[in-house]
Amino acid sequence: MTDNIVEIDNLSFGYKGRLLHKGINMVFPRGKVVAIMGGSGSGKTTLLRLIGGQIKPSKGEVRVAGEVVHKQDRDGIYKLRRKMGMLFQHGALFTDLSAFDNVAFPMRELTDLPETMIRDLVLMKLNAVGLRGAHALMPTELSGGMARRVALARAIALDPAIIMYDEPFAGLDPISMGVICGLIRSLNDALGATSIIVSHDVKETFLIADYVYFVADGVIAAEGTPNDLMQSTLPFVHQFVHGDKDGPVPFHYPAANYQSELLKTL
Amino acid sequence: MIKSKLLNSITRTLRGVGHRMVERIWRLGAGARLFFLTIIYSGESFKRFHLTLREVYFTGVMSLLIVIVSAFFVGMVLALQGYNTLQKYGSSEAIGVLVALSLVRELGPVVTALLFAGRAGTAITAEIGLMKTTEQLSAMEMMAVNPIARVVAPRFWAGVISMPILASLFSMVGILGGYLVAVPLIGVDDGAFWSQMQANVDFRLDIINGLIKSVVFGVACTMIALFEGFDAPPTAEGVSRATTRTVVISSLTVLGLDFVLTSFMMVI
Repeated sequence: MTDNIVEIDNLSFGYKGRLLHKGINMVFPRGKVVAIMGGSGSGKTTLLRLIGGQIKPSKGEVRVAGEVVHKQDRDGIYKLRRKMGMLFQHGALFTDLSAFDNVAFPMRELTDLPETMIRDLVLMKLNAVGLRGAHALMPTELSGGMARRVALARAIALDPAIIMYDEPFAGLDPISMGVICGLIRSLNDALGATSIIVSHDVKETFLIADYVYFVADGVIAAEGTPNDLMQSTLPFVHQFVHGDKDGPVPFHYPAANYQSELLKTL
Repeated sequence: MIKSKLLNSITRTLRGVGHRMVERIWRLGAGARLFFLTIIYSGESFKRFHLTLREVYFTGVMSLLIVIVSAFFVGMVLALQGYNTLQKYGSSEAIGVLVALSLVRELGPVVTALLFAGRAGTAITAEIGLMKTTEQLSAMEMMAVNPIARVVAPRFWAGVISMPILASLFSMVGILGGYLVAVPLIGVDDGAFWSQMQANVDFRLDIINGLIKSVVFGVACTMIALFEGFDAPPTAEGVSRATTRTVVISSLTVLGLDFVLTSFMMVI
């Protein structure tokens, strides 16, 4: 068995005539927290959707636990997805179900466990994210950070081998951010899972990631451990990591000459 | 120069018409595909019938008030208008038959379907559209749970079950409304009202045909609402447009289908 639970080989993907990924190679070793970083619109979330089999690559392949994702039929993809848990950007909690029922949802849908056991398991998962006391609350009664934690409890409900996080820190206050950050690392280690984090929050991601890929212009612009990347002199990585206003990613959207545009008569 | 401008404008118009036609055909195909997938994945709706029952409550029970109140007024107006015409020919006792046949054959199924599209159809579209916008459907997919089996099919069968029940209630309450206007208010003979109705309303030709219509409208209205929600662009504007389309397309479909079904029922 290979040490990498997810492997991306020479992957290209595009739509509407625009190539988003141009021959990307990535590996995600078992038990590690690997981050995919890059600017908005660089195709980070699309990579998660490719791993989850929600879309098919134009070229190349994605392998999960040795199986080529896009070659699976519907049942095959569902079988692979049972090994995955995913935390969506805004939680994607089912708004008509309570926190408890949200976490219980995959257990009730995908297993034949008795209700008494489901109750215990749900409370254990909610306890792991610190929200056992909030099990009766509806999603509308939860703060953004709490909703993200309930969604995290739901993502780990069936103890997946791979946990994918889509922008887990977006829109959270510093305390919630710290809590989510700690949970990602501790749950990954406790479950012996592999975590794939898609984010552009450098500080938090570097704190917990074992390895980081930087995606820009459809290719891997840089990769390495957080320490390596902090020291990197590559202009793109330097601009991204230190948040410089201008650099390889320009401040201005491409436009005609400023002076001539102002002087142009209507 | 003018000739080429004219040619360009014609080409643009034709291209626009062609584009819209292709888009409509594509949507029709996608709708048919969703319908067949819903039928294929319907097993879950019956195996776990509580999922369907829950939706019967939201689509059927929650539509009761609007259906009953509308039926009452429709029945009363029918009796008033019918009496006004019938008395000119000295057959005001036939008012019961007129009210009953109008309701059971046409108004019951059609008006119920129009009200259903406005009340329950829009709710279904908005709910599924928002589930899509907030990634709830994607989350379900990623959990290896089929959204068509879990979300679409129970709502579909709930609509199909609710519609004939609502249409029957509409007809019953409408007849009651007609009775209240015709008998206590206008003074038509009580016995004539009911006996003429009993003698002239045929169980198979009128009541069963009316029920068949309401089942067909139930399938059409619910499927349109589900497809529009499922196909809505995941934005606030997309969901709002989809909700509007549900009402417009459902209403036109119901009226068109009513003509087709009535024609067949007349021949058969």
